[in-house]
Amino acid sequence: MSRYSVFSLLRHAATGNRGWQRAWRAASPKASYDVVIIGGGGHGLATAFYLAENHGIRNVAVLEKGYIGGGNVGRNTTVIRSNYLLDGNTQFYEFSMKLWEGMSAALNFNVMFSQRGQLVTAHSADQLDTFSHRANVMRSNGIDAEILDRDAVRKLVPYLDFSDTARFPIHGAIFQGRAGTARHDAVAWGYARGASGHGVDIIEGCEVTDFVRQGDRIVGVETTRGRIGAGRVGLAVAGHTSVLAQKAGLELPIESHLLQAFVTEPVKPLVDHVVAYGADHFYLSQSDKGGLVFGGNLDGYNSYSQRGNTGVLREVCEAAIALMPNISRLRLLRHWGGIMDMTPDASPIISLTPVDGLYLNGGWCYGGFKATPASGWCFAEMLATGETPALIRGYGLGRFRSGHMIDEAGAGPFAWLQ
Amino acid sequence: MLRIDCPCCGVRDHSEFRYGGDATAERPAHDNPDLDAWYRYVYVRANPKGLHREFWQHVLGCRQWLVVERDTVTHSIHSVNFSRRQRA
Ligand SMILES: Cc1cc2nc3c(=O)[nH]c(=O)nc-3n(C[C@H](O)[C@H](O)[C@H](O)COP(=O)(O)OP(=O)(O)OC[C@H]3O[C@@H](n4cnc5c(N)ncnc54)[C@H](O)[C@@H]3O)c2cc1C
Ligand SMILES: [Zn+2]
Repeated sequence: MSRYSVFSLLRHAATGNRGWQRAWRAASPKASYDVVIIGGGGHGLATAFYLAENHGIRNVAVLEKGYIGGGNVGRNTTVIRSNYLLDGNTQFYEFSMKLWEGMSAALNFNVMFSQRGQLVTAHSADQLDTFSHRANVMRSNGIDAEILDRDAVRKLVPYLDFSDTARFPIHGAIFQGRAGTARHDAVAWGYARGASGHGVDIIEGCEVTDFVRQGDRIVGVETTRGRIGAGRVGLAVAGHTSVLAQKAGLELPIESHLLQAFVTEPVKPLVDHVVAYGADHFYLSQSDKGGLVFGGNLDGYNSYSQRGNTGVLREVCEAAIALMPNISRLRLLRHWGGIMDMTPDASPIISLTPVDGLYLNGGWCYGGFKATPASGWCFAEMLATGETPALIRGYGLGRFRSGHMIDEAGAGPFAWLQ
Repeated sequence: MLRIDCPCCGVRDHSEFRYGGDATAERPAHDNPDLDAWYRYVYVRANPKGLHREFWQHVLGCRQWLVVERDTVTHSIHSVNFSRRQRA
């Protein structure tokens, strides 16, 4: 793998950019690996990278049924933040944030991580109180957080509706300056390239159809490209977690739901931050191309269809123009959807399982992009050692049975309301 | 928009309905002390890719709870019934 640098850029520019190599090898499956990771999304690829980088385990394959970046890692709205309230989440997402801050250098791949800051608007004194509680928890964990009053919000984002007729007048906001966005494709490609450079086989167009067992233990997988043996199997298939877990005889507290995202036609720079609406479900940022990228609620019923419902489109746009009337005339360019594995508390599951040889990484819901580096880091450690790293002790499968949910929204065990 | 053929009101947009989730989860008897049975009822879901039996309530119509059989991949609806009859 040749390193990218300003010199390689100049050299290739001088030779007409004809000499660039593939970023990762197109591997064919070997008979067996020490570790097989199912799912070539952000989490699977990051896991493979850290297995090699942190633990020296290089006899690893990532099996992806489609192409790298075709799943949620390439469909999300790329918001990265570490403003979580509850113990377990707060520390995990901040660890992830720190990895984001060093990611482009660590991968030698520009993931365009942009710490432009994220704010959530508050629309009553009480809401601002709950935000202050959150900010205090963050700061006592060493995480940056600011509480802004109405004037400070107005100075920062003057284009929001500060008029007398605003549907929900803005009272203040919580702001995290280190939050931001990254280029999602680059994250997938960067981890794929890094893993491949360490000898990991990245095998696209390879769907896992079943598991191979020896007694009670899983010792490999059946795929559309033949049987592949495995010392350990890591499952990281996002919205399809239940489908594969079922083949392993594992019952899970997961439902698959659809989340949409939307992008407008490109406009000149308008939105410098990530803005989230505290009175309804709506958030947006502006891409480097100029499109306003935004999202809102789940479609609201179990779905594996990867295409969204127009009812949600209308609701999200209503929320958008309640907060930002100035975008009401923009045209929508595209909308798309991704299938997510929703858990009953909207927190993820990184866990040992009752099935020998099978390790689970899933339940990322609508918030797993920001978790990509930390999830890969911790899951790699779990696959390497067979034990649960301290940072993710709260994310075990057993928490639902024992009553130790991490329910940030306080929505109760209804996946579609989380 | 999904269109649900309410046995009481006829075909209506799904935005008139409230989703109620998996209709196959078995509620244990009220005095059942078995933790595992309650864990499975509250949390464990088959989450099928394909036909799913699920609750919908026609909140902006007759307010009846319905059991709808819907394909989670194509969204085609195979049957709609009152939930009280289904569960009798
Ligand atoms: C519209 C939308 C917006 C979002 N916005 C944000 C956001 O702003 N911030 C944030 O933090 N998170 C966000 N998320 C959530 C985030 O995208 C996901 O939590 C995260 O990407 C999931 O992990 P992944 O990248 O590994 O998933 P994926 O990229 O989906 O990877 C899973 C892979 O497994 C493969 N697979 C499935 N079955 C098999 C099989 N049988 N064999 C082989 N391979 C298989 C799939 O093809 C897929 O490529 C959003 C999600 C969506 C849908
Ligand atoms: Zn009705």
